[in-house]
Amino acid sequence: MSEHLLSVLIFLPLLGAVLLYILPFFSAKSDGHGDIARWFAFGITTLTFVISLLKLLFEFDGTNVNPQFIEDIPWIAQYGISYNLGVDGISIYLVLLTTFLMPIIVLASHSVHSRVRAYLANMLVLETAMLGTLLALDVFLFYVFWELMLAPMYFIIGIWGGRRKIYATLKFVLYTVVGSLLMLVAIIYVVWQHQQQTGELTFLLSSLVSNTTFTMTEELWLFAAFALAFGIKVPIFPFHTWLPDAHVEAPTGGSVVLAGVLLKMGLYGFIRFAYPLFPRGAEEFAPYLAALAVIGIIYGALVAWAQEDIKKLVAYSSVSHLGYCVLGFVAFNTISATGSIVQMINHGISTGALFLLVGVLYDRRHTRAISEYGGLASQVPVFAFLFLVFTLSSIALPLTNGFVGEFLILLGSFERFPLLTLAALSGVILGAVYMLTLYMRTMFGEIDVEKNGKLKDVNAIELAAFAPLFVVVFWIGIYPKPLIDAIEPTVASYIEQVDQRSQRLLALEEQALSSRIALSYLPSSAAGGQ
Amino acid sequence: MKELAFIILFPLIGSAASYLIGKKVRPLAGWVATAACAASFFMVYKAFTALPHDGALSYPLLNWIDVAGLKLPFLLHFDALTAVMCLVVTGVGSLIHLYSIAYMAEDEHSPRFFAYLNLFMFSMLILVLGGNLPVMFVGWEGVGLCSYLLIGFWFKNSSYAAAGRKAFVVNRIGDAGFLLGMFFLFFQFGTLDFTALKSGIAGAELPASFYDIVGICLFIGAAGKSAQIPLFVWLPDAMAGPTPVSALIHAATMVTAGVYMMARLNFLFDLAPYALAIVCVIALLTAFVAATTALTQFDIKKVLAYSTVSQLGFMFMAAAAGAYWVSIFHVVTHAFFKACLFLGAGSVIHGCHHEQDMRHMGGLLSKMPITAITYLISVLAIAGIAPLSGYYSKHAILAALEHSHNHYLTPYIGIVGAAASLTAFLTAFYMMRSFVMTFLGKYRGHAHPHESPWQMVVPLIVLAGLAAIGGFWPGHSLSHFLSSVLPVGEHHAETLVEAIMHSWVGILGVVAALVLYTRLSEIPGKIYAA
Repeated sequence: MSEHLLSVLIFLPLLGAVLLYILPFFSAKSDGHGDIARWFAFGITTLTFVISLLKLLFEFDGTNVNPQFIEDIPWIAQYGISYNLGVDGISIYLVLLTTFLMPIIVLASHSVHSRVRAYLANMLVLETAMLGTLLALDVFLFYVFWELMLAPMYFIIGIWGGRRKIYATLKFVLYTVVGSLLMLVAIIYVVWQHQQQTGELTFLLSSLVSNTTFTMTEELWLFAAFALAFGIKVPIFPFHTWLPDAHVEAPTGGSVVLAGVLLKMGLYGFIRFAYPLFPRGAEEFAPYLAALAVIGIIYGALVAWAQEDIKKLVAYSSVSHLGYCVLGFVAFNTISATGSIVQMINHGISTGALFLLVGVLYDRRHTRAISEYGGLASQVPVFAFLFLVFTLSSIALPLTNGFVGEFLILLGSFERFPLLTLAALSGVILGAVYMLTLYMRTMFGEIDVEKNGKLKDVNAIELAAFAPLFVVVFWIGIYPKPLIDAIEPTVASYIEQVDQRSQRLLALEEQALSSRIALSYLPSSAAGGQ
Repeated sequence: MKELAFIILFPLIGSAASYLIGKKVRPLAGWVATAACAASFFMVYKAFTALPHDGALSYPLLNWIDVAGLKLPFLLHFDALTAVMCLVVTGVGSLIHLYSIAYMAEDEHSPRFFAYLNLFMFSMLILVLGGNLPVMFVGWEGVGLCSYLLIGFWFKNSSYAAAGRKAFVVNRIGDAGFLLGMFFLFFQFGTLDFTALKSGIAGAELPASFYDIVGICLFIGAAGKSAQIPLFVWLPDAMAGPTPVSALIHAATMVTAGVYMMARLNFLFDLAPYALAIVCVIALLTAFVAATTALTQFDIKKVLAYSTVSQLGFMFMAAAAGAYWVSIFHVVTHAFFKACLFLGAGSVIHGCHHEQDMRHMGGLLSKMPITAITYLISVLAIAGIAPLSGYYSKHAILAALEHSHNHYLTPYIGIVGAAASLTAFLTAFYMMRSFVMTFLGKYRGHAHPHESPWQMVVPLIVLAGLAAIGGFWPGHSLSHFLSSVLPVGEHHAETLVEAIMHSWVGILGVVAALVLYTRLSEIPGKIYAA
């Protein structure tokens, strides 16, 4: 298994999805409420998580900065497309986050009552797509998995979503497809350039990065194309408007997976593709990206503050939090970029948990309006306690996970963008404002809506979903060393490599320029020589 | 040294234990929490006796954050300054825990109360024991959280919950300043460890403007925590919390964190004369404005709250004058008399069945004699009348202002000194006013006041005793003890007679209030009516 470990991880969920469809005991006749299907999906996702934990994480060498567990099989050889997988310090914990969240999402599927089997199958296909996206080192393969993520998400929101699900789905798909098409064009251009320059047709990322050269103009355009595709996915302000709609309409599990993993894919794309390929374009765009990130931090927080719908509030808080991740990465030093990756994990944990909490309330009361709640702390104390812990994690209280990421990001970014970091600090204050306001309005005061007087506290299954998230909040908050040790060496060497490529490209261009100048003088100097 | 770890671990364990045990047997919660606090005090005492002269103890609890150049062990550092703070925090804290057992006996949520209270001790001890700025910040935000939870302890009352949120958000504004100060320091010196910063600063030759900017950033943090203009607005509202909380958090310990921070970073602030001048002006304004506001309050807790704001202003004035040890001296004496005053007020409120308006009190001297006498001793102490403790610390503050070498301040030192003396007069006046209105004259309420049980009376007697003698002991040896950490000037010994003659300002204020509110009580009534 170990030489095909990554393939096992990617395709185990897909196998589960297929089995869900073909095995007879999952049929509506023998499994009316979908309970068997749920336990089966839970088993598959848990197995995937256990494998990723024992075989991948525990055997991962944090000091090795190169991709590990590599699988390299020619796929469509005549076009230079290969099935190339690998994991490094940047992707390892994102993979773990994905496999970790999936069983929790399956547990949360107890609130789905119609077409349970199809819902779970979609979730499993989505897991395959997400893991594939994170592990692919071939650009074509990456693109296939990237697009594959769209389909199950489309169905999850479109079928199991809320009232405005059609609108939300359409918006989500349109935004993403526009970005993807631009990216596709850019990928084709890069591959074509590579063939022009080396005579070899390949989609392998490492060859594209090390053997292709671009002029500054090319880099700017190509980076812009990638940036738009990935920026929509993050989402970076002002391309964020699809996100609140998608979140609000998605079922709980959909929101968790969207916030937990899918939003990370945009920034992951920046890290894995846009920056290494076009370092100088990235360098040029960095201040603008940082500015947009900071606008997102502040704007997201202010809009979150104004929301009357709990889920929308959490969705806008994601816009704000993703702003920190982008800021930390584009500041591009080891501290801030490590913080950015840590914060991606953290956001998956705390925002995922917040969406689960909203789901718990929604299951019971079928409303997400803040005004429909109030005084719940005395009625559902365990829920209130969990809500408090994840709220604190979201506002980055020290000793919770959020602080480690946010502190590293802000500290690191201050060197490169002092004024923008100063502005980003206002997000630290605003985060406390909107989250504590939400907490106060829903949990504190007297119970003023009669129905809430009969509200039931979290049940055993819900508690089982929250428990692992709770543990991770404090693990990363108190002892983030294992996490940082796995991420930091790769990030440090990655930054060095990107900088080296940037310098090499610059040197090449200057050389080309000077030889062209020399060439234009050549005839006369040659004539003078004779 | 392992004891340092136990100092913070006992309250942490106590927090969980008191809640879990209290869930089964409610009356035990308070005793468990008190025992944990006393155990922590014992550990502090052991560390104190083991402390070598001119030295420090330290204990790295764990390797917290370690990224690139940023090395942040969870370091506990125990020197003379820490020792003083820890003794006050755990000593006064233990007494207030004991007091709370009786005060909270009727409340069905008392296990939650004691869990929060112990959690506060944990955070506060991290704050003072932290060996680098981020660990200090862990405690810094932790006490803010506990303050939030305890102000909103009776969260069914929406305005109490709102007061908690206000405290947290205003503190967060300060925290943003604290973070910014840290970022500046890290990028200048590449470390955030106190010892390393001290040697880094000693070896660096930077313009004063750098230290001024850093000093102002850090003071914003201090102003948030220690309720200085304009960030003092949360403290009066914080009186929504149970009265022992007001005594412990909002008088004796947490609000002095800003003063502690300045003392801890004395080597930095010494190089920032302009920042210190700003601190002095703000502190003086705060002291004066809060004192005049206290004059007009009828809620006994509000009088004490504004008085605390005002006294914190005095502490900052001392720090601004470069007399950090004097500011710590006043922290200590203030912890004694203000904790005693708040607990006395709590005893009155308890005895009068939740009455807080002094207009509905009066004549309680005969009904609650111990409360009355301990309250009077503390009033005379805060008024600055020799030989009680407040005289010595306040006199030292005024002397320090006179001898300030800050060239931004020296031209105006006459005005500053006069204004500070006037504020000292007002302090004596409004404190005596509160005593007269509460304990003298005829009882104007409708309850049946009674003296409080022994768990409440014993802390009052101990604290009143300390408020009385705190100027000699430990005050007398304090400057010598702190000299290993803080710069200490020469000490002017004065005889008791001289001291009493120097306390004329306080005596004048006390007598004026006594006369005005007993013999001539129609005059304040007319002024108020007008």
